[in-house]
Amino acid sequence: MVKRLLKSLREFRRPAILTMIVMLGEVGMEMLIPLKMADLIDIGFANADLQYIVKTGLILISFAVVSLCFGFAGAVLGAKAGTGFGKNLREDMFRNVQTFSFSNIDKFSTSSLITRTTTDVTNVQNTFTMAIKMAVRTPVTLLFAIIMTMVISWKIALIMIAAIPVLFAGLILLAKKVFPMFSRVFKKYDRMNNIVQENLRGIRVVKSFVREDYERDKFNSISNELFRDFSKIEKILAWAGPIMMFVVYGSMLLVAWIGAHYVVNGEPVTFAFMGDVITTGLLTSIISYSLQILMACMGLSMIFVMIIMSRESMRRISEVLSEETTIKNPADPAKETRDGSIEFRGVDFSYGGEEGNLCLRDVDLMIPSGATVGIIGGTGSSKSTLVQLIPRLYDVTDGEVRVGGTDVRKYDLKALRDAVAMVLQKNVLFSGTIMENMRWGDPNASDEEIYHALKLAAADSFIEELPDKYETHIEQGGSNVSGGQRQRLCIARALLKKPKVLILDDSTSAVDTATDARIQQSFREYIPETTKLIIAQRISSVQDSDMIIVMDGGTVNAVGTHEELLHKNPIYREVYESQRKGDGSDDR
Amino acid sequence: MTDKKQKMDFKVLKRVLSYLLRYKLRCAAAFVCIVINALVGVVSAMALGTLIDRYIVPMAEAGRFDGGPLLGFIGVLALIFLAGIFAQFVNSRIFAVMTQSIQRDIRNDMFSHMQTLPIKYFDVNTYGDVMSHYTNDTDTLRQLLSQTIPNLVSTAITILVTFVSMLISSVWMTLFVLLFVFLMMQVTIRIAGKSGKYFTEQQERIGELNGFVEEMISGQRVVKVFNHEEETTEAFVKFNNELAGASRRANAFASMMGPVMMNLGHLQYVLLAVMGAILVSFKLPNLTVTGISLLTLGTVVSFLQLSRSFTQTVNNVAQQTNAIVMAMAGAKRVFDLMDEAPEEDEGTVTLVNAREAADGTLTECEELTHTWAWKVPKKDGTYFYIKLEGDVRMSHVDFSYVEDKQVLKDITLYAEPGQKVAFVGSTGAGKTTVTNLINRFYDIQQGDITYDGIPVRDIRKGALRKSLGIVLQDVNLFTGTIRENIRYGKLGASDEEVEEAAKLANAHDFISRLPEGYETVIDGTGSNLSQGQRQLLSIARAAIADPPVMILDEATSSIDTRTEALVQHGMDKLMQNRTVFVIAHRLSTVRNSDVIMVLEHGVIIERGTHEQLIAERGKYYQLYTGAFELE
Repeated sequence: MVKRLLKSLREFRRPAILTMIVMLGEVGMEMLIPLKMADLIDIGFANADLQYIVKTGLILISFAVVSLCFGFAGAVLGAKAGTGFGKNLREDMFRNVQTFSFSNIDKFSTSSLITRTTTDVTNVQNTFTMAIKMAVRTPVTLLFAIIMTMVISWKIALIMIAAIPVLFAGLILLAKKVFPMFSRVFKKYDRMNNIVQENLRGIRVVKSFVREDYERDKFNSISNELFRDFSKIEKILAWAGPIMMFVVYGSMLLVAWIGAHYVVNGEPVTFAFMGDVITTGLLTSIISYSLQILMACMGLSMIFVMIIMSRESMRRISEVLSEETTIKNPADPAKETRDGSIEFRGVDFSYGGEEGNLCLRDVDLMIPSGATVGIIGGTGSSKSTLVQLIPRLYDVTDGEVRVGGTDVRKYDLKALRDAVAMVLQKNVLFSGTIMENMRWGDPNASDEEIYHALKLAAADSFIEELPDKYETHIEQGGSNVSGGQRQRLCIARALLKKPKVLILDDSTSAVDTATDARIQQSFREYIPETTKLIIAQRISSVQDSDMIIVMDGGTVNAVGTHEELLHKNPIYREVYESQRKGDGSDDR
Repeated sequence: MTDKKQKMDFKVLKRVLSYLLRYKLRCAAAFVCIVINALVGVVSAMALGTLIDRYIVPMAEAGRFDGGPLLGFIGVLALIFLAGIFAQFVNSRIFAVMTQSIQRDIRNDMFSHMQTLPIKYFDVNTYGDVMSHYTNDTDTLRQLLSQTIPNLVSTAITILVTFVSMLISSVWMTLFVLLFVFLMMQVTIRIAGKSGKYFTEQQERIGELNGFVEEMISGQRVVKVFNHEEETTEAFVKFNNELAGASRRANAFASMMGPVMMNLGHLQYVLLAVMGAILVSFKLPNLTVTGISLLTLGTVVSFLQLSRSFTQTVNNVAQQTNAIVMAMAGAKRVFDLMDEAPEEDEGTVTLVNAREAADGTLTECEELTHTWAWKVPKKDGTYFYIKLEGDVRMSHVDFSYVEDKQVLKDITLYAEPGQKVAFVGSTGAGKTTVTNLINRFYDIQQGDITYDGIPVRDIRKGALRKSLGIVLQDVNLFTGTIRENIRYGKLGASDEEVEEAAKLANAHDFISRLPEGYETVIDGTGSNLSQGQRQLLSIARAAIADPPVMILDEATSSIDTRTEALVQHGMDKLMQNRTVFVIAHRLSTVRNSDVIMVLEHGVIIERGTHEQLIAERGKYYQLYTGAFELE
């Protein structure tokens, strides 16, 4: 898992490694400086040698300057490596999400993807920054201090070495207890995020049902759960400090006791160059070295705890990173669509894969290029599912779908989706101006082309009336234009792709009949070669089509022209009758 | 400018602390623990010297190990340390819970406040940015509360103790140290100012990125359909790089603080040593709090030790400024949200269940009677009741969302109880706006709107909205089971009532066909349901609420006409005895209305029944016959 994440380090591997090297320099200085300081006192002050004091002082200052340089370099490089790593992680995740197919998207909730790209990455980034800084520093300090202690008295060093496992054992125990709680807590975190998101999106519903208190309770209860779980975790982690203190103080006292014996009894030093026997001065050094050892251990355990704490974040990130799209480009993809003909051959489809309930059963259809096809069917008759197979938003469970005579699975995805434009039932505009939104269809479209497309989608007149016209800023999701206006903008956006196949999934439901008719008219006039698939509720939207498909319960019930269906298809006739009563002519 | 900024930050800090003060008792307990712990720290630092000077040196000089007194001393130390450990433990536990409590309080307050904000707020802020307040911004507070504040208290104590010890050693040298500390503080403020600026930027950028990710991932299907993955990624990379840039600068400055402080400390050490040596060699008198004496080398050495631990502690404080600055950046964003002006509600009239006597007098009662009354307060503190009938009138209403663009002009209309009023007009004519004014999502600029003769301004918003059922074209459901979603309209509804409502909306059939029926869990975006199915649920949700007035804004636009015909029966039943406002494109939905208003550019151009309007041969007639194209 860690390996998977570290792959994202890339160009920041160098600063990361440099940080470690620089840290080595800094830690070296950090050890050198106290030794020199000791000299300053032991030699300079002991001999009242002012000259020596000034000389050593100058050396110390130059050391400090060097150390400062290392420190600066470490700060800059560490920040670069850490934030760079975080940046790459976010980018890699986002890139991978972009490759997700519809079924991948169905799997992750929006709110969880958001927490993963921000909160989780921040966690991992902080851990990483700390790790690269401490990874070198702490072990080096530890080793140095142990060696120094050993040099003076290997027996005392043994005490210290014995203390280390005790410390770690305690901390590992804590980590083991805490870890499973983390994954639970993160799920709740997602849930909280989800509640906020739904409230933001559905604020009109909340307010009109006067459910502010209800939502508040809902939020408070998840917020309380989060509180309880996090408190539990932190309560357990609260043991870490006392455990460390216990070991530190305990071993200090032990060393003092034993050290006192050694000093009084004149215990010999391990290596003679530090003097013959342990003196009070050496005892002081030993105690400060043992403190250093334990501090280093504390540092290590802090890294450890942070890694434990961010492990769940790591898991969540690598889950996104290693999610493989269910729809992949074929090995040798076709780049060109011959024409806009569409063919369904024995297509079965289920959202749940092989075992799931079939949403489409045994669909056979042949749609010639350039045809206008209406699709009619009741709510839940799988109309949308049917058309989503054409730009390969989902893969068929059985059978095949062909566009321009070639199986959609053989196309380059980009080429296929460029050729097949689709206006989804759930239209979304993005925050930005109208022009910017239009350029989603064709980034290189000239202003004139955009005006033209908007005109074809009958959107020009209402835009002309807006104060900022084509530069009007659209709020997120298009909340500042009405449903009908949004639909027309979405149609224009799709038209700009100049597709071979245009699919409108119930995209004119909020547009009035007359405007709908105008849009249909411009389709006929301006894009005659494009195959047009129109899912609609209104018979008037489809009655002039070359062929009309009647869907019922996941199967094709009938195919024919308006007249044919009117005569032979009871469902179609029923729909027609239900609309005749109110619409159009006045007779009953 | 910096001055002003810092003052602002103090305000934020004060507000954060006010949350801490909600837990006074625990704060006090924690404070005691921290003090004990800090004192133990000081003791442990001094214990070593004492141990050597008082016990080991005499024993070494005597050449005989005498364990008794030493053991006693170590025993006392052990007890003190144990007290320290215990204090630390208690303190950690208290802070662990307190930190989480405060985070919870802040989140809850934020959410509560968010619920009171006007619709406008939700229109102009990207959702992801707002969500960032609940996660990234609140998180920054955690570190501040759980680590920084306890640290600050404990360092303050250490500083105090060391400072006093220094004064005892030498006043001159202490003054020098103070001077130096002042210098260090200046440097700290400089660096913290820089990193603070970038931390603020970082939090803003995280918010922006969050907003972008939320928007794009919510619209991921559109991104796919338009092959827009590359462009979206490019835009993301831009946001991401900006965030990384701000965050890199913030962190770089922040981590410079440590080395700078440490090495300034070294510099001070050297200067002090030299100064001390000079003072000694020239035999200058030494001023201490206890009097004037001669400065000895021994005093200088011990002073040097003290000054080291002093600057180290100050350094520690400096390190904490980062956490403070970052938390302040987050907290400020949080408080900004909390300071957003809430929806104004000056209404005093409330809605109550009532019982109607034979003579028409109303009495308030607790139980559900299906008779509602407006409870209107009188000046003398008593109330009178007006029966809720559903009589809605607008007179000469003008409205605009933004100042220069009038959306509605001089709208006058009345809906008598039980009437069905329809709005027809091209998209953008102002139909939805009219309904947004009735339930006061927005407030009018000119004219009057009354409800049963009471100006809507005087009715408490909650009461007003409870009396209005709204079905919107864009259906927003909530994560939960289908049953829960329908029950949203009436929280106390029984399972039978839920199913009844679903049947009325003709949703029962498709729900029953789902493998888990009413217990099927749907997510908020409802990706597992079709748009039409969602609309049916939304109708069921409104139906169960049983409001006296209903607003149906393109409520059936995504439902196929065959299903609509089936729903129609239910809808008719739903509309019976209710005042209903209908917005629809399908004239079939509108046709049997009591009055139809044709809106154009925010003005009512025609009104009347279907027959009257047809007879009038105006716009409606043209529209109906298809001769006129709505635009």
